[in-house]
Amino acid sequence: MTATADLRERRMRDIRPGRIIRWTILFIGGVLMVTPLLYMFSTSLKTPGQIYDLRLIPAAPTLANYVEVLSEGEFPRWFLNSSIVAIVVTVSNLFFDSLVGYTLAKFRFRGRRLIFIAILSTLMIPTEMLVIPWYLMSAQFGWLDSYWGIMFPGMTTAFGTFLMKQFFETVPDDFLEAARIDGMNEFTIWWKIAMPLVTPALSALAIFTFLGNWTAFFWPLIVTTSKELYTLPIGLTSFAVEQAIRWEMIMTGAALATIPTLLVFLALQRYIVRGVMLAGLKG
Amino acid sequence: MATITLDKLTKRFGRTEVIHGIDLAIADGEFVVFVGPSGCGKSTTLRMIAGLEEVSGGQIRIGDRVVNELDPKSRNIAMVFQNYAIYPHMTVRQNIGIGLYTSKLDKDEKARRVEEAAKLLGLEPFLERRPAALSGGQRQRVAMGRAMVRDPVAFLFDEPLSNLDAQLRAQMRIEIKALHQRLGSTIAYVTHDQVEAMTMADRIVVMRDGHILQQGRPMDIYSNPVDVFTARFIGTPSMNILAGGIEGDAPVARKGGPILLGVRPQDLLIGSAAGQVADTSGLTLWGPVTAVEPTGPETLVHFDVDGETVIGTAPGDEIPEVGARIEARAPAGAIHRFDASTKKALEPS
Repeated sequence: MTATADLRERRMRDIRPGRIIRWTILFIGGVLMVTPLLYMFSTSLKTPGQIYDLRLIPAAPTLANYVEVLSEGEFPRWFLNSSIVAIVVTVSNLFFDSLVGYTLAKFRFRGRRLIFIAILSTLMIPTEMLVIPWYLMSAQFGWLDSYWGIMFPGMTTAFGTFLMKQFFETVPDDFLEAARIDGMNEFTIWWKIAMPLVTPALSALAIFTFLGNWTAFFWPLIVTTSKELYTLPIGLTSFAVEQAIRWEMIMTGAALATIPTLLVFLALQRYIVRGVMLAGLKG
Repeated sequence: MATITLDKLTKRFGRTEVIHGIDLAIADGEFVVFVGPSGCGKSTTLRMIAGLEEVSGGQIRIGDRVVNELDPKSRNIAMVFQNYAIYPHMTVRQNIGIGLYTSKLDKDEKARRVEEAAKLLGLEPFLERRPAALSGGQRQRVAMGRAMVRDPVAFLFDEPLSNLDAQLRAQMRIEIKALHQRLGSTIAYVTHDQVEAMTMADRIVVMRDGHILQQGRPMDIYSNPVDVFTARFIGTPSMNILAGGIEGDAPVARKGGPILLGVRPQDLLIGSAAGQVADTSGLTLWGPVTAVEPTGPETLVHFDVDGETVIGTAPGDEIPEVGARIEARAPAGAIHRFDASTKKALEPS
């Protein structure tokens, strides 16, 4: 009896005005975030005639759009292109950013600070400014309209290097010295000892890099010309330019395009918050 | 097993010399403890032996081989670190096994050695656990296991017990000593805890400011410290040091006296114990009690002598009142004499 009364009393105490306001704001924010996604899925289940009917649950839901997107046109190819680009660039970033970050964090050598500052300073240059030299470079080396052309600017990033350096600095030197005494070479120490200790940072970097490349639009649009090399975001725009705007097709493509990002997020979500906080991108 | 020889060993960080040409010979199977305050260079010396710090001058020999230029892995030594340095992403079995990383032994032999080390250290039930699920003492044992499986020529310990609580520290001290007796291995052990040094070492090396002040068997250092620093550093509570002189045969405490008199609290007896000191050539001190610390078998009595706090010992059941004036006596044989200016020990007259 007393325990139940206590519990009830505690629940009542929890209902405070501040708490109610916070939850209300969070709820509104949540609705604002989720509504476009729901409309995306909803529209993807509608026929062209129904798309301006704004009811969330379609009158006659159909999977015909999915069948069309997946069987006709080049959507599967674009999906594959995006997958290749995002996966290769992510793996490359995990490898090279952490290798550079580890070196900068754990070795003392002349010019170490200068190199780090030089890498960091590239963060201040906006992509729009870099696109012209990237394009000229791609044209000279014959990388235009190729996978490598899409991927090369992102194979390592200053942000990833910075993130990994910060994380590696938290790894105690004793671990590395113990490994040295146990006879490991420097590469093995990095790979077998240091890397497993920074899994949260690697997961965060994987998420950021994958999402960034999966949704990348500007550079892939510039560097690709043939339709079979389009990535998903570029491909989806072709639904808008060729046969007027086919909203149901765009939404179906977009719905399919969110699946990998959702999977990546679900797999690594517990690391996201830690990674974001460490990168100083709180908010 | 092997000897370790340091010959005029020097270490500089930039232009600052932190180890000033020290000489030391550690015998095969000997347990040597480096002791000294923070920043005295004991850990740096150990790290140079391990190969984790470059040698700026002089030589390190392990056995007959000069190892100055050798990688840590080529020196065949094992090291146990203060924070254990066992890998959190590996199980106890993997952590111990990593000690055999470069070994050319076959898989079965490696597994056998890991099991053997685990058995010796009482880690068998925990072999599949990760370090996070172990206590501090168990983690330290894993670190020792990793060092043991290699069958190294020498073990280096860098303040291995500093992170443990007092009770566990006492237990691990005994375990490490027992392990040394069983394996007969050469051990260089660094600590700032003089109790560890006294209880474990075959030989203590007292360091200060990058110099070796004194080395010898624990009781030799305790009984015959070469200077005031060593005298105060070894032994708990620290030795009382008072200015004084010699009047007739007997030492007398006197402000501004030409020599320093040292007497250990255990030798400076108070109350009924003082009565047993019949020696007239001993030291007698008087003063008001400022604090008492009953420890059970004895009572440590802090009292004031000419503005200096002195610690003496009364029997456990005699606890003087704070403020009471007491007399404390020490026999002549327990008095150490030091030069007031150089702080070095004077030959007994």
